[in-house]
Amino acid sequence: MTAASKRLAARKDDVNVSRRAVLRGTGALIISFALPPLASARQAGGLEPVGAAARLPGSLGRAPFLDAWIRIDADGTVTAFTGKAELGQGVKTALTQVVSEELEVPLDRLKLVTADTERTPDEGYTAGSHSLQDSGTALRHAAAQAREILILEAARKLRTPPDRLKAANATVLGPNGARLTYGEIVAPNLLHVQARPVTPLKGPARFTVMDRAIPRIDIPAKVTGGAAYVQDMRLPGMLHARVVRPPSYRAQLTTVDMTSVERMPGIVTIVRDGNFLAVVAEREFQAIQAMRSLAAAARWQERPTLPKQSELSAALLKLPAEDFTIFEKRAGVTAPATSLAATYSRPYLAHASIGPSCAVALADKDSVTLWSHTQGVYPDRQAIAELLGLAPEKVHCIHVEGSGCYGHNGADDAAADAALVASRLPGRPIRMQWMREQEFAWEPFGPAMVARVRASLDPSGQIRDWDYGVWSNTHATRPGPAGSTLAGQHVEHAFPIPPPRVLPQPEGGGDRNAIPLYSLPQAKVVHHFLPTMPVRVSALRSLGAHMNVFAIESFMDELALGAGADPVEFRLRHLQDPRARDVITTTAERFGWAGRRHGGRKGPGTGCGFAFARYKNLAAYCAVAMQVAVQYEAGRIRIERVVAAVDTGQVVNPDGVRNQIEGAILQSLSWTLYEKVGFDDTRITSVDWSKYPILRFDAVPDSVEVHIVDRAGEPFLGCGEAGQGPAAAAVANAIADATGKRLRDLPLFGAGVKAAIGI
Amino acid sequence: MDLKVNGRIRAVDADPQTPLLYVLRENLQLNAAKYGCGLGQCGACTVIVDGQAVFSCIVPIQVLGGKEITTLEGLGTIEHPGPLQRAFMDEQAAQCGYCIPGMIMRAQALLQRNAHASDAEIRTQLQSHLCRCGTHVRILRAVRRAAGLMQRGGSGSAVNP
Repeated sequence: MTAASKRLAARKDDVNVSRRAVLRGTGALIISFALPPLASARQAGGLEPVGAAARLPGSLGRAPFLDAWIRIDADGTVTAFTGKAELGQGVKTALTQVVSEELEVPLDRLKLVTADTERTPDEGYTAGSHSLQDSGTALRHAAAQAREILILEAARKLRTPPDRLKAANATVLGPNGARLTYGEIVAPNLLHVQARPVTPLKGPARFTVMDRAIPRIDIPAKVTGGAAYVQDMRLPGMLHARVVRPPSYRAQLTTVDMTSVERMPGIVTIVRDGNFLAVVAEREFQAIQAMRSLAAAARWQERPTLPKQSELSAALLKLPAEDFTIFEKRAGVTAPATSLAATYSRPYLAHASIGPSCAVALADKDSVTLWSHTQGVYPDRQAIAELLGLAPEKVHCIHVEGSGCYGHNGADDAAADAALVASRLPGRPIRMQWMREQEFAWEPFGPAMVARVRASLDPSGQIRDWDYGVWSNTHATRPGPAGSTLAGQHVEHAFPIPPPRVLPQPEGGGDRNAIPLYSLPQAKVVHHFLPTMPVRVSALRSLGAHMNVFAIESFMDELALGAGADPVEFRLRHLQDPRARDVITTTAERFGWAGRRHGGRKGPGTGCGFAFARYKNLAAYCAVAMQVAVQYEAGRIRIERVVAAVDTGQVVNPDGVRNQIEGAILQSLSWTLYEKVGFDDTRITSVDWSKYPILRFDAVPDSVEVHIVDRAGEPFLGCGEAGQGPAAAAVANAIADATGKRLRDLPLFGAGVKAAIGI
Repeated sequence: MDLKVNGRIRAVDADPQTPLLYVLRENLQLNAAKYGCGLGQCGACTVIVDGQAVFSCIVPIQVLGGKEITTLEGLGTIEHPGPLQRAFMDEQAAQCGYCIPGMIMRAQALLQRNAHASDAEIRTQLQSHLCRCGTHVRILRAVRRAAGLMQRGGSGSAVNP
């Protein structure tokens, strides 16, 4: 088998897993299956409903019974269930709004249970800006269908035609003061019915809860010291664990003298299994001290396996590649043209969560309960079950919030560490907390990437052809298999590391957003997939879109300059999609693009940049404009003003959308201007904040405005990752406008930048 | 040893070298101060000691006898939030929220000294704090809003004036 066909086979296995998961999760036996062509899209958070269930909206196909999503108890308690998790993006609030609106239950009467393998549907990962599209859509339809059923049942009980009844405030109201609360109406199994594919939904004109800036339900506890995170869990008899990780990826533990550590105060046990080493203590600081002593006592054999950082792009281009042509259009246009070409690059980027990963696990003889800030409780359950040799149903995985993760950080690894240690100490809850340096050294990074683009302009200033290639590792090495966790890789009987997988279009991985949305008469886009992974990598928020949009939108400005065109007008002349055009013109108007200060003409060293993308070419549309000032005396560039517009379809919480886009822009500025994972030939060296600087308050723009283009009644379009790509290119374009110098290698403020732009 | 935390004397059974952070979280079961780096580089663990913002992850309890320690819990409750807590709720100034308790404590120390602190002073004070979600603009807005509330007569603390 070729490597590519092996990967295809792996995809088919994936589908089998998801079939079993569907059956297990719902008890439904009537779903028919067909092999979906893009089944491994679930790796990126996408969900592919199968067979008959494919007709059901959102994630309903994964759990087609209404009572998997909505439960009403006789005492009037209303509970909604989602397989998605709160990651700090505000999804709990948004999903509660959706259910409240369609079910006609006040927000404060509604409980929401999030990702839990014994309670909620299996919705895969909370990733890829899918939560509203998948879970929000499912909950909306389930809530509306439940409301209809409640009205019909009330009609039967009240002997009144259903069209004379209406639902409000968790009650069905009829003529002459007739009323029944939902608790009075509900009967066992009333909602244990299959969802229907079509639902009469409330129209936007009747919304009272959706499209409202409802305050986030999680913020009050977070700003007053409530227990809000897995780090805050304290179970009776809980012990504190720390892991001692190898100093580098391939290091082998040769000897470790554990006797002196075992005698330290409070030590309960030391776990050694191959290269897996951990300490457990009664108190947290005792565990930390023991971890340090144990690390000092451990002897490792290390091997240099990392590429030369100073020549990273060249090293990537030399790796063996599997090429996938993901877009090709030939029109035979041969008019004269001017050609331009450029190469862009991005280093490895860290998720760099402020709170290092943490998990709590409690084992008994043959089962484990695990509290984790994982993005995927069901895939994690699979990994932990395999790691411990248990049946999946013997592992109960419950999502509890952690610090923001922005993709696949150390969460799943810390969960596996906790479960492995807990399995050695049945009956004692184990709190496994990673240290800062462990998170930085061992999290799977966002992959380094290289993009090369060549295009030609015809004499009228239209792009005539476009040739784009992107080189990247996979952007998802998440569990499933135990071998994707560090514990699984480090135990003596190590689990094999699963082969890297291509995330297919249309969502893509390294090639996410590599296909421009622009109308191009001739174009070719090739994904050069690099299976060899010298550095541990996985999903970082927006995957390849950050780099591809940075490259495409930087190059669009280079072409506009070549065509002597205004950057905004140049984009519009290549763009037909009216929604794309609307976010661009809205941003330009709100920014005052036409009267902007640029190119030093209206002020020394001031410049403006613009960029646009539709995330994955199928989710939210976002355009960003920025104004920067070059402060020659201070030797720095300051971002003064940012204006963005977003079209995220039907909005559930406008302030939530603004918060996400503001965050995306600021986070992307940090990635784009400052960040780079450091390493020597053997070890990751950027293991604290001094060696991995990120954006600080002095660099925060004076203003960041986000405008929402109203699309009431349209389907939800995920927006959590829409701003990263456009923000990256907008700042690069603004710097080019201010200085006349085009920076193509990230981080833009890396070594040599001052010389390049003359500050 | 005894520690005075949020106005109460608390007897603490811990190695005197233990950083305050672990004593707050484990012995006193206070959630707000967060472990972020253990190196005084991120600000998530910030509390106030005798009016000054300090990184609790690097201060051993042995130097804290007789000092007034204030944590986020000392500024107010969900029902009766202090001005900064109120302002962070009003501005929806959080995403994951993990860095926020430290931010609030740094801002509290500043505004206690000078409720008329300028935008530049607020930025300078918060420079030692990291936020990864990109909530900075809202955080700045919340601190400015709290300053307004405190100028109009709040002490900065709802429970412990």
